[in-house]
Amino acid sequence: MIPVSYFFGLSLILFALGIIAFFIKRDLITMFMAVEVMLNAANLAFISLAKASGSLSGQVIVFFIITVAAAEAAIGLAIILLVFRQRKTIKTEEFRLMKG
Amino acid sequence: MGTFLFFLLALLCVGSVIGMIISRNQAHNALLLVLSFASLGGLFGLLDAPFIAAVQIIIYAGAIMVLFIFVIMMVNLKEGIRPERKIWTIRLSAGLAVFFLVELGLAVKGTLASLRVEAGPAIGSPTDLGRLLFTDYLYAFEITSLLIIAALVGAIVLVKKKKDEG
Repeated sequence: MIPVSYFFGLSLILFALGIIAFFIKRDLITMFMAVEVMLNAANLAFISLAKASGSLSGQVIVFFIITVAAAEAAIGLAIILLVFRQRKTIKTEEFRLMKG
Repeated sequence: MGTFLFFLLALLCVGSVIGMIISRNQAHNALLLVLSFASLGGLFGLLDAPFIAAVQIIIYAGAIMVLFIFVIMMVNLKEGIRPERKIWTIRLSAGLAVFFLVELGLAVKGTLASLRVEAGPAIGSPTDLGRLLFTDYLYAFEITSLLIIAALVGAIVLVKKKKDEG
């Protein structure tokens, strides 16, 4: 069978790619997608741990994470729409209200 | 066979996330992310979690990404945004990524070292998961319903236009 460490390695790589995408991208929607990538990396780690320890609790926790991610996506996208309606843009470098 | 499938799905997943970093088109980004989530669903299937794999594909690749695509349609950027060219941002992100990679790698190494129990097979069939959900995790499950109600009401209140705004 495939060793569990492979799945952990993939999860680490996905998390690092999510961080890179979050900082390199400059529009809010794609940055939000990068957060989803990081959440999925955590899901993969949970499921591989559930497989390694022979317990189903990890899978239940992933179930909850997916629910929270759905709620988070609804709220986050509503906020992005609100920002777009007020500022007419979603580029992050246009938001400099706090720059003084 | 299993190993081949793992490497195929892993390559698909990582490749589509890298494509998301490179591509400037938001709609392409969303579709690449769908591909990445679908291949992750396949990986969950390889890890004996068929129910979570189905949930991943239906909710993540289906519902959440459709939500993203709706918002992309409403926001409608005319031309794509170039990726960040400032050198310090790239350095910062690469540094942070390497930092987290090392830190999480050490944590994972410790976890794997302490995990020497060869447990029996735990296949996450919907029956077993449902039983666990309604016994051990009952409170968390009920609180999740509150969370979803709050998110629903919050999203509607946030996006609703006031009467005088038209």
